[in-house]
Amino acid sequence: MAILGQLLVGLSRAMILFIVAAGLSLVLGVLRVPNVFHGSLYMIGAFVAWTVAEAMGGSPARLWVALAAAPIVTAAVGLAVERTLLCRLYHREHLMLILFTFGVMLVLNDLVKLSWGPTYRSLVPPEGLQGAVSVLGVALPRYNLVLLGAGPLVAGGLWLLVHRTRIGKIARAAATDREMVAVLGIDVGRVFAVAFGVGCFLAGLGGALVAPTTSITLGMDHTLLIESFLIVIIGGLGNLWGALVGSLLFGVAHSVGLLIWPQFAIAFPYAITAGVLLVRPQGLLRSVW
Amino acid sequence: MVNGTRLGVGVLLAALFGAPAFLPPFYVYLIALILVTGLLATSLNLVLGFGGLYQFHHAVFYGIGAYTLAIGITKLHWPAWVAFLAGPAAAALAGLLIGLVCVRLERLYFGMLQLSLGSFVWIVALRWYPVTGGDNGLHGIPLPAGLKPLGGAYLFILTTVVASLLVLWAVVRSPFGLTLQAIRDNPQRCQVVGIQVRAHQLAAMVLAALFAGVAGVLYVTLERSVFPNMLSWVLSLEILVMCLLGGWFTFPGPLLGAALVVTLRTFAGRYTEYWTLILGVLLILLIFFLPEGILGTLRARHAQKAPEPAPQPAPAGDVHG
Repeated sequence: MAILGQLLVGLSRAMILFIVAAGLSLVLGVLRVPNVFHGSLYMIGAFVAWTVAEAMGGSPARLWVALAAAPIVTAAVGLAVERTLLCRLYHREHLMLILFTFGVMLVLNDLVKLSWGPTYRSLVPPEGLQGAVSVLGVALPRYNLVLLGAGPLVAGGLWLLVHRTRIGKIARAAATDREMVAVLGIDVGRVFAVAFGVGCFLAGLGGALVAPTTSITLGMDHTLLIESFLIVIIGGLGNLWGALVGSLLFGVAHSVGLLIWPQFAIAFPYAITAGVLLVRPQGLLRSVW
Repeated sequence: MVNGTRLGVGVLLAALFGAPAFLPPFYVYLIALILVTGLLATSLNLVLGFGGLYQFHHAVFYGIGAYTLAIGITKLHWPAWVAFLAGPAAAALAGLLIGLVCVRLERLYFGMLQLSLGSFVWIVALRWYPVTGGDNGLHGIPLPAGLKPLGGAYLFILTTVVASLLVLWAVVRSPFGLTLQAIRDNPQRCQVVGIQVRAHQLAAMVLAALFAGVAGVLYVTLERSVFPNMLSWVLSLEILVMCLLGGWFTFPGPLLGAALVVTLRTFAGRYTEYWTLILGVLLILLIFFLPEGILGTLRARHAQKAPEPAPQPAPAGDVHG
């Protein structure tokens, strides 16, 4: 039964990983840039959620307002960077685009330090979501139900956006052949901005969702960014369903690791990644490129 | 021109060897730190500038070299010379292992995977308390008596760095180095004419890791301590900025970049704790205004004035996926 409980906790973590990695994957697929400050936006999302929740005091709606506000803030930050600076680099060598996102990461992380300081914060979920519920005889923190619900919601929403809207279709076309799309008279820059904004929104949403389950602190971005990179690599670059499969593998590997060797549980997802890449260097699912 | 360059290098070397006689210890220490960091940045540039590989987490090999020396002496009680050789050897071995996995992949995959595997090493150094000392690191590492005074350490560092740079210079100019640059510029064509692309890239990674390990060992000689930040990603970004600032298609560029960045960090560190903010802004400014670096820009100017223009290096990153 301990295994089942751990699996459910791992599944909750997989949902956070999926939401963040899906944003990264979307940007990778459309813009072909691994956005290195994606992790910083995740961290900013968590801090903003904390600040909003604190400002609302004991209001029962505080978590929901925080969950709505944080992704909007991170999407705004991401779009501001994209529209003012990043969009001027699209014609440049690929390495310069990546290095630019490195630079923004360094700046954003120090701005977080400047704004919120190095102390640990924690966000207590509202009364209705505290404590644990019994699922199949296993005690699961009640808040994890929110996470388990959020993952499928985001996956469904992304599927609708990418496959059922005009902008999604254009984004998919631009991912395959951006010159052709531009030749057809479509403003590729606008499509890039939308995809980037959605990606940054998801980073912030992941950060806000994780806030009540962990201590919010500087450095929380690093591990998550690396894990998102690995998830996107094993899933297939830019493939949203690959991100889902990768996240599930990661969450489960981590929770199994916690049972077997807690101190180095973090090594298990890496072992999975190495195994997948030895068999399929191009990732489990097809890369969109 | 060539004779002028040789004369300049000769004068610089004489000044460096004589420095402890007339400079206060702080500046001797600073020069030693620049030399160590310069070797680290030059070793990165072998794979980045000359190899065109997105090695985003190079500091890992530096850290492995340093930690191997430190652990070898304090925990395993190896003789000093064994530990000093084991450091670079361990770094080269790590370069081989990480390289074996990474060179199978294309540019972007390569960069993301190299970064992730490097971060794994960092996590191990951070958590394996009994061996690595965790986030405290290891301090007060006993070294041979001759290396204890700053003057002795300085001469050892200077000699080793000069020797290493000569080897790296020879590698870049060798048929192997030229092939590596050809692969950077057009991997498909090199593959077609029968060059073993991945074997060359792997060999470059092992060499770069080896010399990063040498730099790591030299850092321990200077500081007599190791700590997990030596394997941190921020340091990797710092040496990337050094290569970019100095000029990453030139051999001495990373050395110049290291001199500027290390000096800036040392003096900025007195006034602010927001060094990474400065580094980030510097990186963004470089990308927009000086993408070829100082030496690259100077060389391009020089080539414009000369009657026969020198061949321009092709940008390394414009082949997508």
